[in-house]
Amino acid sequence: MTATTAITPAVLDLQALVRLVEGPGHGAVVAFLGLVRDHNVGRRVTHLVYESYDVLALKALDRIVQEAAEHWPSVRMAVHHRTGRLEIGEASVAIVTASAHRADAFSASRYAIERIKQIVPIWKHEYFEGGDAWIEGATADPDNVDARAHAMRMACA
Amino acid sequence: MRVTVRLFARLRDLGGAGELSREVPPGGTVADLWTGLVREFPGFAAYGQSLSCAVNAEYAKFHTPIADGDEVAFLPPVSGG
Repeated sequence: MTATTAITPAVLDLQALVRLVEGPGHGAVVAFLGLVRDHNVGRRVTHLVYESYDVLALKALDRIVQEAAEHWPSVRMAVHHRTGRLEIGEASVAIVTASAHRADAFSASRYAIERIKQIVPIWKHEYFEGGDAWIEGATADPDNVDARAHAMRMACA
Repeated sequence: MRVTVRLFARLRDLGGAGELSREVPPGGTVADLWTGLVREFPGFAAYGQSLSCAVNAEYAKFHTPIADGDEVAFLPPVSGG
């Protein structure tokens, strides 16, 4: 049984997420994969190690699904994020959205990835040629209305 | 009272462990606990305003009171996705 949200060290199964959200009333399914890239800010990346505060990260994913459901009530969404060591080209995050028409599925997908980057307690440890570094992005504050509004603007642009 | 401190990512490296047990005076807040940790690990000081926290795996604020046995997590800026 595939869960709607997951934090997992296992390889992500996009098809399982598609099966979870698709339905007879859904004319559109948007599948997004975030992949490990071989370069970052001029560095040649060799691999990433993702660390997570699993319990809170899962709650944060549930929260994002709930936020999206408030704005796009007809969209069904599933989000899985992987942890541990990932090689170049492997998927770190999978977001699948389904809706009657494509616009809402695209928007909700974009909203979800923006919010993941804002609030979910997961960290990338980047290993590159010549060293390694923790990547630090956004200060996680789910109540920050400006951040949430920014994610919504990105989603609806 | 005793609490469990959870540290992640670079904070975990600086603190030398992902989990610590620390004493906090009764009535203490997350901020009180953090102040003690900064004294112990000067490298933490740089995080000041960019840090988030959680108490018992729920997002919290630095003014959140903590109780005996709580798990208090300090979260450097996140970078999932």
